[in-house]
Amino acid sequence: MINSLDPRIAREQINEDNTIAPLTEMDNWETYEVFHQKKRGEQHEHVGIVHAPNNEMALLFGKEQYGRRGISVNIWVVKTSNVFASDYDDADIFETVPNKQYREAGGYKVMEMINKYKKENKEK
Amino acid sequence: MYGNAYIDPNEKPLSILDGEDPIKLAEFEARIARGEKIEPKDWMPKEYRKQLIRMIEQHAHSEIIGALPEGTWITRAPGFKRKLALMAKVQDEVGHAQLLYSAAETLGKSREAMINDLITGKSKYSNVFNYPALTWADSCVIAWLIDAGAIINQVANAKGSYGPYGRALDRICTEESFHLKYGHHNVVTLATGTPFQRQMVQEALTRWWPPIMHFFGPSDKISNHTTILMKWKVKMATNDDMRQQFLNMYVPKIWDLGLVLPDANLKKNEETKLWEYTEPDWDEFKRVINGGGPCNAERLAVRRMAEEKGRWVRAALLNKSEKYVTPLA
Repeated sequence: MINSLDPRIAREQINEDNTIAPLTEMDNWETYEVFHQKKRGEQHEHVGIVHAPNNEMALLFGKEQYGRRGISVNIWVVKTSNVFASDYDDADIFETVPNKQYREAGGYKVMEMINKYKKENKEK
Repeated sequence: MYGNAYIDPNEKPLSILDGEDPIKLAEFEARIARGEKIEPKDWMPKEYRKQLIRMIEQHAHSEIIGALPEGTWITRAPGFKRKLALMAKVQDEVGHAQLLYSAAETLGKSREAMINDLITGKSKYSNVFNYPALTWADSCVIAWLIDAGAIINQVANAKGSYGPYGRALDRICTEESFHLKYGHHNVVTLATGTPFQRQMVQEALTRWWPPIMHFFGPSDKISNHTTILMKWKVKMATNDDMRQQFLNMYVPKIWDLGLVLPDANLKKNEETKLWEYTEPDWDEFKRVINGGGPCNAERLAVRRMAEEKGRWVRAALLNKSEKYVTPLA
C-alpha cells in the first residue's frame, strides 16, 4: 500500500503493483481541430486539436486547453475526419505563372500613354 | 515543466540514415537549413520521426507526472491565494500534457499507445519527479527552479524544426512565465520570513539541488548521432550548454537571498565565463531513472489508478460508430 505524502492519494489505498488492462484504440476518442478568434472582427485561427466524444465536449476541452488566458472570444471545433486538406507535395498548384500579369493590378500601366498624349497635344 | 529527453547512453548506435532516399533527404535538410518548419504529412527520415516522438512523448509524460509532487501541497497550501495559484499551476501542467500529446500524435503514435507506455514504465519522464515534495517549501523550489530549467529547455526547443511541437511550446512558454514568477515569489517570501521559514526553504533547496543539476541530463557524447539531431533541429542545444545557462541566470538570484547551495566547488570562472561545479552523481541519476527512486512506483501506480477509474466514463461517452484519424497539425 502506498503511504503517500499527498492525503488525496493516501486515502485511495493504492497498491504499487496495481496492474490494469492496456488502453485500447479510441479509449481517448477521436480528435477535433480547434479554431479560436482572439478578438471580434478577426479571423478564426487554427490552434491545435482536442480529443472528445462529441461536439459539446470538444468545445469544452477547446476552451480549457486553448482559451485559458483570456485571449479568445469565440471557438469553433471541427471533427478532424471532416477536414479535407491539400497536400504539401502539391504546393505548386498555388504558384502564379509570371505571364498571368493580366490578373494583377500591376499589369495595368497607363502613365506612359497619358504622358505621351499630353506631350503630343501640347505641341500642337 | 520538463528536462531534456533522456537518451540511454548505452543505446546501440543506429545507422541513422540507412535506407533513406538521398534526394528526399537532401530536400528535407535544405528545408530545415532555410529555417522552414516540417509539418506532419511531409516526408521525414525515420530517425527524425522516432526521436521526435520520444522527445515530445517524454515531455508530455513529464507534465502529467510533474503535477503529482506539486499537487501534494494543494490541500495544505498556506492561504487561499496560494491554494488558488497552485491549483491553476497544476491545471496548466496537465493542459501542457494535452497539447504535447496532441503534437506527438501528429507523428503517428496514438495517445492510447503513449499512455500505455507510460503506465507500464516503458517510456521515461523527467527524472526530478521521482523525488518527493516533502514540505511546502519543496513545492516552492520546484515551481521556481524546475520551471526555470524547463523554460530554458522549452524556449530552445520552440525554435526546433517540427512545426506542431514548436507551436505547442510557444503556448506553453507563455504560461510557464507565471509559474516562474509564482515560484520565485514563494521562495522569496520564505527566505525573507521567519527563521523557521528560512530554514525550511534552505533545507528544500539543499534537497533539490542534486536533482536540479541532473535536470538537463548528462554531458552529450560528441557523436555522429548528436551532430545529425542538431543539424535536423531536433536537439537545439547541448545538455551542458543549457545547464550553464541555468546556472548563470539563477545561482546569483539564489545567492542574493543569502541561501547556500550544497556544492563548495560551485563558482563562475571569470576567464572562461563558465560555471564550475562538482560533477553530479550520474550513477544515482541512472538508478532513479530506471525505477530506483523514492517515488517512481507511486507515480506510476497513481497514473494507473487514474486511468482505471476514468475508464468507464470514457467508455460511456464513446460513440462506437466513430473512427480515429490522425490529426492534421
